[in-house]
Amino acid sequence: AQNVPNSDWEKKVTEYFKEKLKENNATNWVPSLNDVPVHYLKPNSLVKFRCMVQDMFDPEFYMGVYETVDPNTNARVLHFGKYRDVAECGPQQEIDLNSSQTVTSERQTFYCVPVPGESAWVKEISFLTEPVQARVSPSTSYTPSRHKRSYEEDEDMDLHPSKQKEQHLGSGGDIHGCVEPKRLETEASAGHHVISPNCSPPLDLNFPLPGEKGPACLVKVYENWESFKVNDVLEVFGVLSVDPVLSIVNSEERDSSTLDPMECMDTAEEQRVHSPPASLVPRIHVILAQKLQHINPLLPACLKEEESKTCEFVSNFMSELSPVRAELLGFLTHALLGDSLAAEYLILHLISTVYARRDVLPLGKFAVNLSGCPRNSAFTEHLYRLIQQLVPASYHLRMSIESMNHSRFIPHKDYTANRLVSGLLQLASNTSLVIDETQLEQGQLDTAGVHNVTALGNLITWQKVDYDFNYHRMEFPCNINVLITSEGRSLLPSDCQVHLQPQIIPPNMEEYMSSLLTAVLPSVLNKFRIYLSLLRLLDYSISDEVTKAVEEDFVEMRKNNPESVTADDLHKMLLVARFLSLSAGQTTLSRERWLRAKQLEALRKARLQQQQSVNGNEL
Amino acid sequence: LFSSPPQFRHSAIPLDFDISSPLTYGTPSSRVEGTPRSGVRGTPVRQRPDLGSVRKARQVDLHSDGLAEDVVATEQSLGQKLVIWGTDVNVASCKEKFQRFLQRFIDPLDKEGEDIGLDLNEPRYMQRLHEINMVGEPFLNINCDHLRSFDENLYRQLICYPQEVIPTFDMAANEIFFDRYPDSILEHQIQVRPYNALKTRNMRNLNPEDIDQLITISGMVIRSSQLIPEMQEAFFRCQVCAFTTRVEIDRGRIAEPSVCKNCNTTHSMALIHNRSMFSDKQMIKLQESPEDMPAGQTPHTVVLFAHNDLVDKVQPGDRVNVTGIYRAVPIRVNPRVSSVNSVYKTHIDVIHYRKTDSKRLHFVDEETEQKRFTEERVEMLKELSKKADIYERLAFALAPSIYEHEDIKKGILLQLFGGSRKDFTHTGRGHFRAEINILLCGDPGTSKSQLLQYVYNLVPRGQYTSGKGSSAVGLTAYVMKDPETRQLVLQTGALVLSDNGICCIDEFDKMNESTRSVLHEVMEQQTLSIAKAGIICQLNARTSILAAANPIESQWNPKKTTIENIQLPHTLLSRFDLIFLMLDPRDEAYDRRLARHLVSLYYQSEEKMEEEYMDMAVLRDYIAYARSYVNPRLGEEASQALIEAYVDMRKIGSGRGMVSAYPRQLESLIRLAEAHAKVRFSEKVETIDVEEAKCLHREALKQSATDPRTGIVDISILTTGMSATARKRKEELAQALRKLIQSKGKTPSLKYQQLLDDLRAQSDTAVTKEMFEEALRALADEDFLTVTGKTVRLL
Repeated sequence: AQNVPNSDWEKKVTEYFKEKLKENNATNWVPSLNDVPVHYLKPNSLVKFRCMVQDMFDPEFYMGVYETVDPNTNARVLHFGKYRDVAECGPQQEIDLNSSQTVTSERQTFYCVPVPGESAWVKEISFLTEPVQARVSPSTSYTPSRHKRSYEEDEDMDLHPSKQKEQHLGSGGDIHGCVEPKRLETEASAGHHVISPNCSPPLDLNFPLPGEKGPACLVKVYENWESFKVNDVLEVFGVLSVDPVLSIVNSEERDSSTLDPMECMDTAEEQRVHSPPASLVPRIHVILAQKLQHINPLLPACLKEEESKTCEFVSNFMSELSPVRAELLGFLTHALLGDSLAAEYLILHLISTVYARRDVLPLGKFAVNLSGCPRNSAFTEHLYRLIQQLVPASYHLRMSIESMNHSRFIPHKDYTANRLVSGLLQLASNTSLVIDETQLEQGQLDTAGVHNVTALGNLITWQKVDYDFNYHRMEFPCNINVLITSEGRSLLPSDCQVHLQPQIIPPNMEEYMSSLLTAVLPSVLNKFRIYLSLLRLLDYSISDEVTKAVEEDFVEMRKNNPESVTADDLHKMLLVARFLSLSAGQTTLSRERWLRAKQLEALRKARLQQQQSVNGNEL
Repeated sequence: LFSSPPQFRHSAIPLDFDISSPLTYGTPSSRVEGTPRSGVRGTPVRQRPDLGSVRKARQVDLHSDGLAEDVVATEQSLGQKLVIWGTDVNVASCKEKFQRFLQRFIDPLDKEGEDIGLDLNEPRYMQRLHEINMVGEPFLNINCDHLRSFDENLYRQLICYPQEVIPTFDMAANEIFFDRYPDSILEHQIQVRPYNALKTRNMRNLNPEDIDQLITISGMVIRSSQLIPEMQEAFFRCQVCAFTTRVEIDRGRIAEPSVCKNCNTTHSMALIHNRSMFSDKQMIKLQESPEDMPAGQTPHTVVLFAHNDLVDKVQPGDRVNVTGIYRAVPIRVNPRVSSVNSVYKTHIDVIHYRKTDSKRLHFVDEETEQKRFTEERVEMLKELSKKADIYERLAFALAPSIYEHEDIKKGILLQLFGGSRKDFTHTGRGHFRAEINILLCGDPGTSKSQLLQYVYNLVPRGQYTSGKGSSAVGLTAYVMKDPETRQLVLQTGALVLSDNGICCIDEFDKMNESTRSVLHEVMEQQTLSIAKAGIICQLNARTSILAAANPIESQWNPKKTTIENIQLPHTLLSRFDLIFLMLDPRDEAYDRRLARHLVSLYYQSEEKMEEEYMDMAVLRDYIAYARSYVNPRLGEEASQALIEAYVDMRKIGSGRGMVSAYPRQLESLIRLAEAHAKVRFSEKVETIDVEEAKCLHREALKQSATDPRTGIVDISILTTGMSATARKRKEELAQALRKLIQSKGKTPSLKYQQLLDDLRAQSDTAVTKEMFEEALRALADEDFLTVTGKTVRLL
């Protein structure tokens, strides 16, 4: 009977942890691999990790149950092999590979990386919400260099704007690396491993974006692995495995592979990628894994109707929605140099999300082209930094002939190493991609460049990226908010072009923008963050009555001016109306909102026409 | 190589006898030297590395099982009751059953057998054995499907215990063979290679239960290693006394003898490479085919080991069906480390390859498509086809997010089904095109691209390119150097890749001249000729083309003809069966419906959309089924109707002295009628199909070939690039000009501007400069005058 795996046992484990983690804030007590360096965590302890599935490896068969024999006494013992990499046995024992008791089971390995482009504040806050105890690893006397403070205390500190400023803008040119000292520590240790002498070229951890930091992880999933997809954002709870034996086993194998043809199934590269040193790429054996709808730590992780706590949270926030919106609008208006129309559109853009696909058509995408951006004052750079402060994940893509020709946009499969080599466009859902076209000069794009621009165009129009599998291409749907800043109309497609009309030109852009950020209270800033993440998740509908009205309106508009109002325009107006309603917290379209949407569109169009005529006169 | 079924215990099929009974066990040695005793002269046995090391006696732990040594003793007496340890396979009966199968199996409906020229009423595999005798290739391929229909139990045994059953099959086949052809000498004894095991079709479904079983999976070869010589038998010689000994490989290891048996010297045995035996081996990586993959996941790969003559049979990029034994090997125990990695390495020992796309070059690959439909599905599709409004229904299900344009959707639907393929090679006309080509032109922003994207996503072998970004090379084929092998290889472009599919070309008008010229051949002859870098060939490109073009001016000019609007050469346009205009209709009722449709897009729930998504899968299956199974022929009535339709079309113009239909239009009509018959799953084209085809054809002509000046549908706009009336007017103008000049008397030269003004004054219609120049040119062609600069000279 024992050779049948006791599935009850396995179910109970998951159940137990599920129940335990539901208890108040229990999840916060589990140390997170995102915050604590691997070498401070106790091996074989429970950890959590917030990550994106970058690649999926082949399923592996492992010894679910195995038997060990003591050669001296012939005593046999059965062991479970689940949740571990290495089949352990005592010093005097051997594993009996021929035992009839052995049970082979299957598990799936995902290669996971931290969410690409995750904003510094997300890391910061999720770190701070963890109670003190969790931050200290039980095994060592490690104390993070940052002072242990509760969240409230932190807010108090944030009242001092100068410190805040230091944190947000201190890193100067490196916009990815708004990293606090604590994180630097992590990197230092990671860096140390990379340069270690026995590992000749540094291992490419395959982050989608350049300059990313953080641990990559091999996540072993034991159940329901079909439900996960590439680019899903997950939070996994599992057993950390950093057994140094793993590395030994690998290196041994590599030595013997030259001797034994049986072992050369995998190339050296494949070995490196699929079993990297555990110190560099730890393994997590998953007990619980859940897909995250969002990574904003200020919101409850799971926004489901049933839970009273989330309900309470949502309704509380909804009650104070309109002042938040007004404040956000003001903030963005200042950021956009006093242009309130552009600010309005920017809000709509930031809460847009692909909510459905109709055959090939993604619905709900709202790529905005902000034209008329001042070119020489690093305006877009600063604008991006502000956006970075608001959204959980973002990336700033500076377009230039150089970067178009030489960066890797589309992920492609490397068959020698048998992995999906990541590219810039492998991003998690709801990542804000800010494309800066103002720095683009005339020049010649080569083949790679043309492919990259086409891929960007496809991303914007169809919200999909065709990953290159060498022999064929495969389509991966995505959901990325694209904002393009340009001088004239962008060469990339967009859903909506807004021409910026600056009211003020600050003499020192840097000073102006940073003072803007410091002027916002941290608590207000957090409200902005909640606002943008929460509204994206709301449902929306249009009543029959309003449908009728919209219909009438459209017919009327067409009657007056059939040339200028097309089906496309109606699409846009409906989109604007949708996000306008949502931005006010309304989940149905009202007549007033529809009119306001029309008005906004008219304003925007008038501006474009005006711009065109100005250009025409110049010519 | 390690293999042992007991450790994967749960995979065993329930045995129908008592395992614990000592009576039923035999040691594997009883079957191993299973070579036929008769007729072995001259034909050596060859090891089958694909089956693992069969020679190795299975490790039977007699003590733990409590069995006495009398197993061997009972072996003889028990005879029939003996089974191979760990299985329910009885060697003798298994052999007998298989021999019966070989001798008796007849499948009169065997399509595959027909292809290779076998007599269907004779036992199939006996004919194969005869072939082996003639050709001398000692491999007998067995279709497992045949075996299953013949003997279900034997099939099950083969699937579950291939390692034991296949050698038995070998034995059986050899016995029969050498019985029949006792004088035959082969390279080695016949090896049986089963294929088409129905165990698994998809790599994703492989699980621990499949280990050590016979499986068939399909996939694409992505990498193949160099040839690996694997030692089968090592040859050792004592350096002291020159005593020699042979050691066989045991689970991938050679046990080096430490003591010479002859002179008792320790460590004196040295390996002699030249006299050791090696077999060929190759590692191949197989990736699951893109069609089998669930959306949003990355493809799985599996390692294959090919042995002996199967080495180098496949190249990276090939689509293959592989039959083999699935293996899991524990990562070897390292003596220095007590703990081991608990993960197994898995691979498949290949027994049989079957390329799936090698056939594709000459014929539609029915193999892959046939299997896709379950019986219920076929039933459901057939039920659906009986509905009276199936044509409208399907057209409606096509791209539901695009509003109205019913005629265009119908056209595209017929394009998806395609006509019947006809072969007139023996009468010298070659293949007739069965594919329907469609051009959509119209205002920008009328969701043409969206329609193209939809079609591209719907069909399995579709390609999507944009005229702006594609060069002639990208469409056809190019030669490139393979980075791995440094070999020149022909890389096929979009048109070749969409062979048997649809090639969607957006921004057709932006395509440059040379690229477009490639299409001439493709769109009529359905082939593609390439002469590049020493490679001269003709590739099949039986692709339907769905193109979209924007007008030269930003908006469609209703006062101009189609040709004038999109500026494409008429030679190309005439190759399109249907040309549709997608214009923005200025109509209140339409606007209203459109608005309602769009609004619903913006709030409809996910579930409702799911429903429609279901339809897309049904639509896809429906089309695939019709394409591969329905091949309608023209009925008598339908032929008459077509003739009438054609004559009618010709008649329209004959009154006005112009040609209003060409044979190309008749061909289009036939194709459309056939496609419509396919929609109905009908094997015969009937009048109703012709009616619908006529309807659609007329509608398309009305849209694209209406002369804006006269309002008359005029086919010559598309076939010659100019409407008949326009041509007539041109002639009239030339005549008027001639008269004008003649009336001026005998002046040798005239001023250009003066002449134009005079002509304008005389004419009652507006004469543009272009028209005037054209008239001059016409007269110059008649040698009436010459134009030099600004003066016109009479001749």
